[in-house]
Formats: sequence, C-alpha cells, structure tokens
Amino acid sequence: MPNSNRYQMPDPSIQLTDELIMRHIDRGSRVIDLGCGDGRLMQRLHDEIGCEVMGVEVEQANIVAVIERGLPALAADLNEGLVDIPNNSFDFAVLSQTLQQVRNPKRLLLEMLRVAKRALVVVPNFGHWRVRLEVLRRGRTPITQTLPYEWYETPNLHFMSMRDFRDLMDGIGLRIVKESPIIKGRSVDQLLGANLRADSAFYLLERDPTHQAAGVMDVPKR
Amino acid sequence: MSAEPQEEPILDDRSAGIVQTQFVDLFPSSGPLRFGNGELLGPIRVAYETYGTLNSDASNAIFICHALTGDAHAAGVHSTTDKKPGWWDTFIGPGKGIDTSKYFVICANVLGGCQGTTGPSSINPSTGKRFCLAFPFLTIRDVVTVHSELVRHLGISQLLGVVGGSLGGMQVLEWAVLFPDQLKAAVVLASAPKLSAQGIAFNAVGRRAIYADPGFMNGEYYDSEGPRYGLALARMVAHITYLSEDSIELKFGRRLQDSDRFAFSMQKETEFQIESYLHYQGKRFVQRFDANSYLYLTRMMDYFDLSEGFASLEAALAQTKARFLVASYDTDWLFPTSQSRELVSALLHVRRHVSFVELRCPFGHDSFLIDIDPLGALVSPFLNRTFDSVRS
Repeated sequence: MPNSNRYQMPDPSIQLTDELIMRHIDRGSRVIDLGCGDGRLMQRLHDEIGCEVMGVEVEQANIVAVIERGLPALAADLNEGLVDIPNNSFDFAVLSQTLQQVRNPKRLLLEMLRVAKRALVVVPNFGHWRVRLEVLRRGRTPITQTLPYEWYETPNLHFMSMRDFRDLMDGIGLRIVKESPIIKGRSVDQLLGANLRADSAFYLLERDPTHQAAGVMDVPKR
Repeated sequence: MSAEPQEEPILDDRSAGIVQTQFVDLFPSSGPLRFGNGELLGPIRVAYETYGTLNSDASNAIFICHALTGDAHAAGVHSTTDKKPGWWDTFIGPGKGIDTSKYFVICANVLGGCQGTTGPSSINPSTGKRFCLAFPFLTIRDVVTVHSELVRHLGISQLLGVVGGSLGGMQVLEWAVLFPDQLKAAVVLASAPKLSAQGIAFNAVGRRAIYADPGFMNGEYYDSEGPRYGLALARMVAHITYLSEDSIELKFGRRLQDSDRFAFSMQKETEFQIESYLHYQGKRFVQRFDANSYLYLTRMMDYFDLSEGFASLEAALAQTKARFLVASYDTDWLFPTSQSRELVSALLHVRRHVSFVELRCPFGHDSFLIDIDPLGALVSPFLNRTFDSVRS
C-alpha cells in the first residue's frame, strides 16, 4: 500500500546505475546480469562495449524479451543461488538494485563472486540521516521511493547501511575495489559522512585472495 | 508420444496444407552407412516431409527431430479427408511457432523406425528377407548421420536450426556435437544429455513385455500377428510416463468408464476411465508401430550419453558451434528439469550462447506436444534472431 506521508528513500535512476555499471566493465568482457529484466543493460553492454552477455531472470516474459533481442537468458530465482552457473565463468556479475530484496544477500554476493571475478552492485543506504530521523521521531521503518510499501508487504527484505555493507564485505572476504556513494541522483567518488548523506551506493567488488574465507564454504557447489 | 486430438478444423490458413511423404535412397551400396558398431548398410531409404519454401541461398531450413514413436508427418494433412494432421501441426505452419511462410521445414522418420525409413521391418538386400533382429545395433549417432546426409542431399549446407523434444532433443544435441558446422541454432525441449536410470527402467519393462509375448518369436513375427499384447503393454506403461499426476487426475480422476458404480467383477478390465484410456492407447499403438523398431529405438535411447567418447559432457559440448535454447517442463518427471539444468550448466561451462526456461504446464512430458503457445513464444524469436544474424 503506497504511503505518501512518509519519507521515501530515492532510488538511483536506471540511467545512473546503467552508466555506473557500463563505466566499470571492460570492453569485450563476459558479463552476467542478475535480474536482467528485459535485457536493456545487456543490450547496451553488448552493442556499445562488445561484451558477451548472459541474463538471469525469474519472469518468463522477461526471458522472452531478452531472446527477442537475440541475447541469451536463463530462468532462475536469485533466492536459490546460481547453482547452474559454473565457477569463474564470467568476468563481471551485475546486480543492480535488488540485493535488499533477496532472501540471503550474503549468499548471493558470494555466489556472484564464485561465478565472476568481479561483482557490481548498487545498494540503498538505510543509514541516511532522514531514515534515522524518521525512526527517531516517528518510530517508523524506512520505505523506498520505487517500493513505498509497508513492512508487511514490501519486497525490501533487508535494511542495510553503507557501514553495514562494508562490515559484511570484511566478514566474508570480499574486497571493495570501488565505492561510489550516490547522492541526489549523482554518483560521487568521495562523500564526507557518506553513511549519513548518501541515498545509495555503488560497489565494485572482488574476492580477497588473502582472506580466510569462512563464508565461502556456504556456497553451494555442483 | 500422445498429442491430444485436434478439435479445430485441420485445414485452415495456418495449416501447412496438403503434404506428401517423400522417399529418398541415401548411402548407396557403393558408399554404405557405417553404423556405430562398424556394420555397413546401404542403401538407406529415408521417409521425409518438407513444408514451406527453401530460399535462394538455402539459409532458412529448419530440421525437426521427432520423438520415440513419431514420424515424418509433422504438419499439414495428407488429404482433405484426413482426420488428424501431423503430430506437431499446432507448432509448424504459416504464422505458427515454426513459421513455414518464412522457413523451409524438414522432418524425417528416424533410422530404425517403421514409418518409411529403413528399419528392422525393412527387407535386408543381402537376404531378401526382413531384417528383424539382424538389423544393425542402432545409436542416436547413426540416426543423426542419416538426417545429416538427407540435409546435404536437399542441397542445404547449413541448417538455420534443428528442433526436437524428448528423443528428438537428444538427436539435436548429438547433431550439434557431431556436425557442428551444419546448424546455427539448437532447440532442445523436454530432453536430456542422457536418459535417466528411471527412464531406462520404464523402457526395460516395455521391452520385457514384448520379449515375453509368445507372438514375438525372436522378432520374426511378420507373417503372424506379432507380439501385439506385449507391444500394447509397453505402450501403456510408457504412456503413463508421458503424463503427470496432475494431468491424469484432471483428465480422468477416479471416474468410471461406463457406469456410476463398481462392477465387482474380475472380468471387467476397463472399469476406470484411466484404464480404458490406457487400453485404447495400447491398442491404437499396435496398429501403427512395429515391435522390433520399438526394441531398437528404446535401446538406442537407453544407450544415449552425449558425453560418450569424450572426457566429460563439457568436452562433448565444446565441439558445438550452435546457439542453444533449452526448455523443460515443471511436471515432466521422465525428463526432469534437473537434467536440462545439467545440460545448461555444461553449456555455460564451455561458454556457449544458451537460453533456458522451465515452462509451467500440467501435462507432464507430453507438454511439448500440447502446450504450444508458450513454446512458440520462445522458439519463434529465438529462430528469428538467429535468422537475422545469418543474413546480416
């Protein structure tokens, strides 16, 4: 049930996240787009920078849309991991705007970095000061602009902040190669007090080879 | 397989029209077919049909591989009085999933079959008698080798696509590995890179029913009735594997055939509707299918393992050059989704272009013959885009 009285965290625009992702992917690399939708970003990666792309989608209509573009897609539920996708079969795994919606984000992040060398994710920052204020003043859980649903029906299952996200990366042996806070619809390289001010953040991640990767053991293997 | 009876008028503007089965003798005795086991045989007669028109550069041809008991008659009708069209008529025709106004479609009866192509019931040229069980042991590789030769004979150096479900899907896979340059696209439906142990088990029961029938006479039954009870029983068992719990429940439930109360009689064998249906399927099958072919083709299916002769399934698929579309059905327990996933995973391992969908349909393994619209929605754009890529 949409609720307009409350502060709604702005989600980064598709153009912005697409641009961020495009900028960090090397020409001609192999890219898997998780939750690829109708294949919009895949098409750009393929046409503009010559990537070999693969989409993963749960909706059949979206799979058909990707096939219509002449691109490949697999039907899979991200909540069930990426069991069919072999280790290291991609250079980049992309997950734009859905990490907070999967049941087990930690597992999915590890899966992304099992199948690809690097992962690109965009995550909302529920550490934003307006979210904190909302909790403090009204005692209400945060909602986001594109998904302004109440707690009992929102697809947003997890409320993480940038600080939380960094902690998780440390804990599971993933290295943040790049962090770009997104504020008022723009991504910036540096932001003072980012965990208070950023609406969301873009991350480029890779495996930390030096880490005693306890968490990696959770990854289902074929 | 058991496509549902057609209820719409069968000759309309979306029909492939009136078609004829054609015959060609390939592999002349001077250049016979070498079977997987080394035996030589020639000539091989092949029954096939075509729909649509081959374009000037022969780039629009699609080959349809039929399943275990299918035939070359995939679409259209043989005459205006035909009661039933081809077995995949809902899928193949002008404006259909495989659009014959755009593509030239070929379907051939498999080697070892009994609907026009050389098989165990054919006359052995060296003895002048029917082969019976002297027919060479058959593999899917042999079947595909004959298909492949037919395509060359038709003047087509590369197919746009090869499409098949079930045993037909196995042929598609074998083709993509064996003759990688002969196809641009491979469509594998309700199939697997090898038959599961469960599948072998059901085939074993079917074969036992045939062997145990006194009419079988070691396969030399052509002058008599033949193992009609055994063959019917084989079909009844197999038919169950093509359905699903849901589809049987939906279609028949516990309903009785011609009464609303039990007969309490051991003489009445077809009391439930499902019983009557299976008996009918068995009886009808005996009229159209040869027991020896059934033995050869089910054994061929049991033996099929795409990875054979390679270090792994991945190594086999590394030979392929086609792009793949793989689809399974959620209620198919004969060729479960897990087997399609295994195939997709191996294709990804060797970095092939592959799309995969598990379709939802209550009709079990037979879904690929029945639930045509969602299938067309996938296959049609897949072939169209492949066609665009060939032409650009």
